[in-house]
Amino acid sequence: MRYLPLTPADRQQMLAAIGAQSIDDLFVDVPAEAQLDGPVHGLPGHASEMAVERHFSKLARQNLVASDHPFFLGAGAYKHHVPASVDHLIQRGEFLTAYTPYQPEIAQGTLQMLFEFQTQVARLFGCDVANASMYDGSTACWEAISMAGRVTKRKKAILSGGLHPHYVSVAKTMAHFTGDHLETARPSLSAETDSAQLIDAIDGETSCVVVQYPDILGRVEDLSALAARAHEAGALLIAVVMEPVALGAIRAPGDMGADIVVGEGQSLGVGLQFGGPYVGLFACKEKFVRQMPGRLCGETVDAEGKRGFVLTLSTREQHIRREKATSNICTNAGLCALAFSIHMTLLGERGLRDLAALNHARAVQAADRLAQLPGVTLVNQSFFNEFTVKLPKEARPVVQALAEKGVLGGVSLGRLYPDAADLANGLVVAVTEIVSEEDIEALATALQEVLA
Amino acid sequence: MTRYFTDEHEWIEVNGNEAVVGITDYAQSQLGDIVFVEIPAVGTNVTKGGDAAVVESVKAASDVYAPVSGTVTTGNDALNDDPSLVNSDPEGEGWFFRLTLEDPSQLDGLMDAAAYKAFVAAL
Amino acid sequence: MTLNQSGWRPEMGGAAQAEAATYTGNRALMLEEALIFELGDCQTTGVDIAPAPKVASRLGGLERTRDIGLPGLSEPETVRHYTRLSRQNYAIDLGLFPLGSCTMKHNPRLNEKVARMPGFADVHPLQPQATVQGALAVIDELAHWLITLTGMKAVAMSPKAGAHGELCGILAIKAALEARGEDRPVILVPESAHGTNPATAAFAGFRVESIPATPEGRVDFAALTARLGPDVAAVMITNPNTCGLFERDLKRISDAVHAAGGYVYCDGANFNAIVGRVRPGDLGVDAMHINLHKTFSTPHGGGGPGSGPVVLSEALAPFAPIPHVVRHADGHFHLVEEETAGAELPNSFGRMTAFHGQMGMYTRALSYILSHGADGLRQVAEDAVLNANYVLRQLEGVLDAPFAGSGPCMHEALFSDANLAEGFSTLDIAKGLIDEGYHPMTVYFPLVVHGAMLIEPTETESKAALDQFIGALRSVALRAKQGDPALKSAPHFAPRRRLDETLAARRPVLVWSPPALAEAAE
Repeated sequence: MRYLPLTPADRQQMLAAIGAQSIDDLFVDVPAEAQLDGPVHGLPGHASEMAVERHFSKLARQNLVASDHPFFLGAGAYKHHVPASVDHLIQRGEFLTAYTPYQPEIAQGTLQMLFEFQTQVARLFGCDVANASMYDGSTACWEAISMAGRVTKRKKAILSGGLHPHYVSVAKTMAHFTGDHLETARPSLSAETDSAQLIDAIDGETSCVVVQYPDILGRVEDLSALAARAHEAGALLIAVVMEPVALGAIRAPGDMGADIVVGEGQSLGVGLQFGGPYVGLFACKEKFVRQMPGRLCGETVDAEGKRGFVLTLSTREQHIRREKATSNICTNAGLCALAFSIHMTLLGERGLRDLAALNHARAVQAADRLAQLPGVTLVNQSFFNEFTVKLPKEARPVVQALAEKGVLGGVSLGRLYPDAADLANGLVVAVTEIVSEEDIEALATALQEVLA
Repeated sequence: MTRYFTDEHEWIEVNGNEAVVGITDYAQSQLGDIVFVEIPAVGTNVTKGGDAAVVESVKAASDVYAPVSGTVTTGNDALNDDPSLVNSDPEGEGWFFRLTLEDPSQLDGLMDAAAYKAFVAAL
Repeated sequence: MTLNQSGWRPEMGGAAQAEAATYTGNRALMLEEALIFELGDCQTTGVDIAPAPKVASRLGGLERTRDIGLPGLSEPETVRHYTRLSRQNYAIDLGLFPLGSCTMKHNPRLNEKVARMPGFADVHPLQPQATVQGALAVIDELAHWLITLTGMKAVAMSPKAGAHGELCGILAIKAALEARGEDRPVILVPESAHGTNPATAAFAGFRVESIPATPEGRVDFAALTARLGPDVAAVMITNPNTCGLFERDLKRISDAVHAAGGYVYCDGANFNAIVGRVRPGDLGVDAMHINLHKTFSTPHGGGGPGSGPVVLSEALAPFAPIPHVVRHADGHFHLVEEETAGAELPNSFGRMTAFHGQMGMYTRALSYILSHGADGLRQVAEDAVLNANYVLRQLEGVLDAPFAGSGPCMHEALFSDANLAEGFSTLDIAKGLIDEGYHPMTVYFPLVVHGAMLIEPTETESKAALDQFIGALRSVALRAKQGDPALKSAPHFAPRRRLDETLAARRPVLVWSPPALAEAAE
């Protein structure tokens, strides 16, 4: 039992110091009938490091690894190259094994990092302020809807059909219990988004409109008109960014009038990890800061006048406000926020713009190549690094057939919208810098074979 | 003008049908540095003993109760810019809001300054 | 008005004496570090990116024209920046981290190694399920052991952290009540509960009512049962509780709550004290979240990511959220998502997060469970409880220990600042411990004890480490009892002295601005 430093002699000495005969004396308040008389039945005994590692290696080999194959999956989780120094730095024990920075004198490392992270996120999103991160994009999105309700004192949110269906599901789950009213829609396989319908749907009861940018089909469009209409009606515009690298190429939602911009930060620094842990990004206009959920790091000075950082405005949070808190969320995604921030620092503005340009160029190449295949049409007029093609048959079995050929070819809309016949032939294809021209050719060839 | 105190550490100064409400010096001393005060909007109807305002220090948020029922007529906007007025002058410049009384007889159970002083001394 | 129940008030302490100045501001290994916005510039990058092929833009006319303002650093500067920052943090890797209720135990590095195997770390959540059978197997295997260890019927794996797990449990209760066609608007929460309990209940639309504690620090059974009725949906109880005591009456409470038609939510934050020795399912619990980042050793990471699977009783299992992993007789796994939830989990209350939860935490927690095994986990609980009682008995003569007379504590020992010199409080003890090279204990929690200090040493501390910590805390406590003025301005040796939290809250500066702009804003 390599993680337990006490020796049998230590235990005897300590029991004697306490005045206990045996360890059972310390469990005297646990009713006898609730105590197991030995190790939990069914769970094997302790195992060596080597044995445990072998067990995991065997399971890991049963998965198809993204890096080993031409890879085109996105739809809310993106594969980018993460520089080696990111993982090295987040594994420093002082970051990895620290707690939430409640004692600021000995947590300046985490706090300064969070202050830098907040500034990076606010600038990237075109907002005044950002928080210290949330669980993930989907929970951040619900928190934004909930916050819009607090700000506007209204309970109706309008969700674009272009919003990721998992995000819509999460919001529906929560709204069912909080009594908020959601208007939701599905996307259609067209170049046009549903902005016009959203603009028509906004009324005096609307707390917010939620749009994804780029949206679930990869479409991008100017949000200014939507923002203007929302503001005219006293509602907020919430923009959801799932691929922050896009903002190295296209305008920030905050610059187009979005009041709250949330996002998923996974694509920088964090990696795919089969869906988690990821990192929710949350930014907004300064005037809403007291209605924001989540932890905030702020600048101050110490008793010698030196600059330092602390968690602040914590009276919004559950540990102080209890049932009157702005949210029940108690933690952030500190280490993932660190990974995001380090990756962003390594890139810098120039690197981010170059990376975004490369992503877009590769995606354009892939879109043009796939559109040449018989029966395949490109849905998007505009996109960043992800687009949707319409296949001549149902996409879901096609994706499986591609996987059997060793090509991870995209996300079928049938996986995301199992009941929608009109979307079944849609395939969402993400193309990042990890995709080579050979990979694009491999996808095109395999897809042609599968469709033949 | 008469000033009354509650056992929840609010004060209320009554002038005819009008009154001013704030928290006591003892209350601010228990809270420490005040960093934010949430004042009820003009027109809010408050109920005796119900939540009326929130006062925040760095590590605590406290609900301020209405000493009597009534309708808020003015909030102390100066507290938005400088919440420390509650620390420096809690029973003067650091007032929270004015209201019109709904039922002056609700004042009957409140303490006067001497009684409140004795009440705090016994805490 | 409500007064400051915990007694928590930051104080800056006496006038600080400046150390002898150095040219750099550094003090040997204590290195100052500027912000990236002061160090870097927007033209510098630490990555080499291949030139983009020339294509016609399809960005829909949305090309970004304005500068973003994101500074970059070269790789060596980046490594140095974050390495320097890291050295301003305290961490478990550096020493004992006695935060009560947080279970800051050693984070095994094997966990990190297995989580980074490409077969887990480099797999997309929406890959065809046939290509991720090993990942689904990990989720299923961990789920199986969590059910086994808790004696429950089912587990919802996807909640992202403890509070998210609480929400999952409360939503399952609400869904179960809806299925029964009952409107029960009230949830009872003991006074000593962690703030997330009432926050969660309120967030889910319940009204929270507080249940008092007995003088010995446990839930008042009579008061609780007297409040039960047709309007009570559930009771949320932490066991072991936040005073470090086992709720002896939990089984009786559960029986009474069930008889009144309600459910029992157990906050599992303190499961480490009983893992492998007590199964909450045997105590009548209907739902309990498990903080994988506490009991099961996944790293806290400076504030997340956490992971909070929720084990459920037979009564609540049908309402569990999706997704859910199912193992078929032929050994292959599939995910119950929106597509088949209607047939396979028709009463599910829905989805709590995109994708499938905290995979990276599942691998780590499973690695930990397999490493310890049944015998090791039982020893974990016993050593955690032994270490906490050792601390309690060694220090009860020095510091006020309000519940020391209530019998042995579980995994954490509770003290208060009741017998310090005039003007000295828990805050000063905490800051004094920093100078002794320790992270302070949890302070001013639970709220039921004024000036509380909650110490959880965990099982991964040796006797020698405990003895040194006890000596240090005794020394600081004696200084606080004698009124040593130097303690009022502690810490003296940390990277920063006491920080002005009042200033930070009165005038929030949440993002960096260039000096000229910052001045103009003032």
